[in-house]
Amino acid sequence: MIKLLKNKFEQGYRTSGYPKTPVELPPRYRGLPAIHQDAPGEMADKCEKACPQRAIDAKTRRIDMGRCVFCGECERISEGSFVSFTRNFGISASCREHLLTDGTLPSLAEHAKAHFRKLFGRSLQLRQVSAGGCNACEADLNVLATPFFDLSRFGINFVASPRHADGIVVTGPISRNMKTALLETYNAVPAPKVVIAAGSCAISGGPFFGSPEVSEGLESILPVDLFIPGCPPHPLTHLHALLTFFK
Amino acid sequence: MKIKFITIKNGEAVPRNRIPHLAFDDFRNDALTIVGSGGNVVQFFVYPDTGGSLKMLAVLRSGNSLLTAGCDAPEIWPSFTAVHPPFNLFEREIAEQFGITPDKHPWLKMVRYHANYRGADDVFGNDYTQDIPGNYPYYAVKGEEIHEVAVGPVHAGVIEPGHFRFNCIGERVLHLEIQLGYQHRGVEQLLLNAPPLRFPIIGEGIAGDTAIGHSLCMAQAMEALSGIVPDPGARIVRTIALELERIANHIGDLGALSGDVAFLPVANYCGRMRGDFLNMSLLMCGNRFGKGLIRSGGVRFSPTNEDRGILSRRIKELKPQVEHTIDLLFSASSVRARFEGCGPVPTEDARKLGLVGPAGRGSGLSYDVRRCFPTEHYDRLDIPENLETGCDVYARARVRADEVLQSINMIQSLLRFPVETSCVQPNGFSMAPSSFTVTVNEAWRGEVSHAVLTDEEGKLLRYKIKDPSFHNWNALAMALRDTGISDFPLNNKSFNLSYCGVDL
Repeated sequence: MIKLLKNKFEQGYRTSGYPKTPVELPPRYRGLPAIHQDAPGEMADKCEKACPQRAIDAKTRRIDMGRCVFCGECERISEGSFVSFTRNFGISASCREHLLTDGTLPSLAEHAKAHFRKLFGRSLQLRQVSAGGCNACEADLNVLATPFFDLSRFGINFVASPRHADGIVVTGPISRNMKTALLETYNAVPAPKVVIAAGSCAISGGPFFGSPEVSEGLESILPVDLFIPGCPPHPLTHLHALLTFFK
Repeated sequence: MKIKFITIKNGEAVPRNRIPHLAFDDFRNDALTIVGSGGNVVQFFVYPDTGGSLKMLAVLRSGNSLLTAGCDAPEIWPSFTAVHPPFNLFEREIAEQFGITPDKHPWLKMVRYHANYRGADDVFGNDYTQDIPGNYPYYAVKGEEIHEVAVGPVHAGVIEPGHFRFNCIGERVLHLEIQLGYQHRGVEQLLLNAPPLRFPIIGEGIAGDTAIGHSLCMAQAMEALSGIVPDPGARIVRTIALELERIANHIGDLGALSGDVAFLPVANYCGRMRGDFLNMSLLMCGNRFGKGLIRSGGVRFSPTNEDRGILSRRIKELKPQVEHTIDLLFSASSVRARFEGCGPVPTEDARKLGLVGPAGRGSGLSYDVRRCFPTEHYDRLDIPENLETGCDVYARARVRADEVLQSINMIQSLLRFPVETSCVQPNGFSMAPSSFTVTVNEAWRGEVSHAVLTDEEGKLLRYKIKDPSFHNWNALAMALRDTGISDFPLNNKSFNLSYCGVDL
């Protein structure tokens, strides 16, 4: 008992004040990209060619955050002159096209669907489906339950059964072998239901695009309400998306 | 009888014509002799040679040696598994990938559920128009009062998909059969067709919780084949990253184990502290899982002296908290009552199955790549044996806890001096033609290995990936025998094996 109390005292209170108090991520964190529209065309072309995810369009000077894995290669090659990643972790969107960014992102709050807020604003129960994910997205969704993020204080929980859920959070590029299980889970969720694509795999196939064993993103299979980019998305990106979209 | 396999080094590029090409019978006899006398399989796979003929290649380990040889792959061959079980998944994988058959394999069934690469007749008689790996007649126990429990692919928690089929009598599990494959993304085939600039991104996605372990194997393989040598500073950064990955995952699992026996203080403390270690990776490279850090030739980010200071301070603050939390966990009688004697895998079984990593060390097998085949900075570090002989959940948890504390000390000592490394720029590199290399590293689950073969033009001919879980899944099934079904989550977490690392 004494050991328990001593540990409790040592551990202290750890829950973050976010969203009331801002959280700052370290300098190397790569969030919303800033794209410098005045950079020489040559440099833009070079970055486009070097992008392993084919996420850069040098002509329109846009980055597809749904394909991007935020490896930062373009920033390094251009030494920040074409792309530099900011520490802004609020990078989610309610439609796929918004992720094709020129460095700006439409406000998620303004595009959130009002009826979802009304229905789920006070209580949101989600069923997670891993469909070919590498377990990084799953792990960083799981941490939302740890004391620092403490998701349940916002009335949001991950539940065991789709029957108890208001929606699904899908991770992974939807492997061929998981497609049926995913659809069955989706069908088991009572309507009205929300569909969230978390991570570059679920949005576009991510690192595995082009493999015949995976899809090109969840939207090719189900209607998606919320896109959360990243490889994996930072837990704060998840939290920001859920709070902005539903609260 | 003289063994015809030759010895190769970890991460050495070997010209393919140096690898002995044996007659199949010699190949089989030698392989069985090596594994039968205390060795284990590191890699065993088939590749189509340039002419189109199928060849087998094995890398085995015996003591501190890696041994390799190859042979022509027969359409049907007398199964190795029938003699020594460590070949089990390897032979099934070969049958699945190339449509050739290990005869009298004790349990020939699919691994990942996909059509073979050659368009040959399917060995398992599967119809792949149905996309459900679990749609197959499971091993069933018959009798009055026997019941089956089917779990997954979608599980209750936020975890990866897999199917578990329990045959029980009352609460007691007689048999557990595990069917994976749901996470199959076609990684090995994708690598053959993708441009090299995608390799590291794909490599980091093989198993995200082992991003460092797998990308290290990949980078070392590419370095071996292209003759690039990373500088000593980069080796230190990579070593720190691999140890941080180990600490974060072990602490997370200790917390999960604690949660599974309803001891919530430690579950919460560990959940929080795991995040603190992931945040150290975030500080080093901008990603909590270390994605983007390791590339062929070195690392992309070098810790500044300021970074070193921050990391050292954080570890200094965390170390006593970790120590006290671990002490709290193992001294709670309610925890010990559930951990001790639960899910035993006796040493003899562990050896027969060929277990690796903490799962093996908890069952009395001391093998640790960091000691036997050291890479990076490990030849200068003192890696303890970490041997537990309890063979139960307690032993597996104890190994993890000990490793956490050791890894913290390792990182502390590595951070003591400035690290100088010039960050690698992405450059096109050319791989040596007609060469072979195999790399092994001790990731947090155990031995990760990548094997790469190049053709006459220096292009990839075969990229073979093996996650440690490939050796260990059967141990979970063994641990569950005669164990209460309610202890499944506890046992599962004590191994915490990778689904995607096996499914590829």
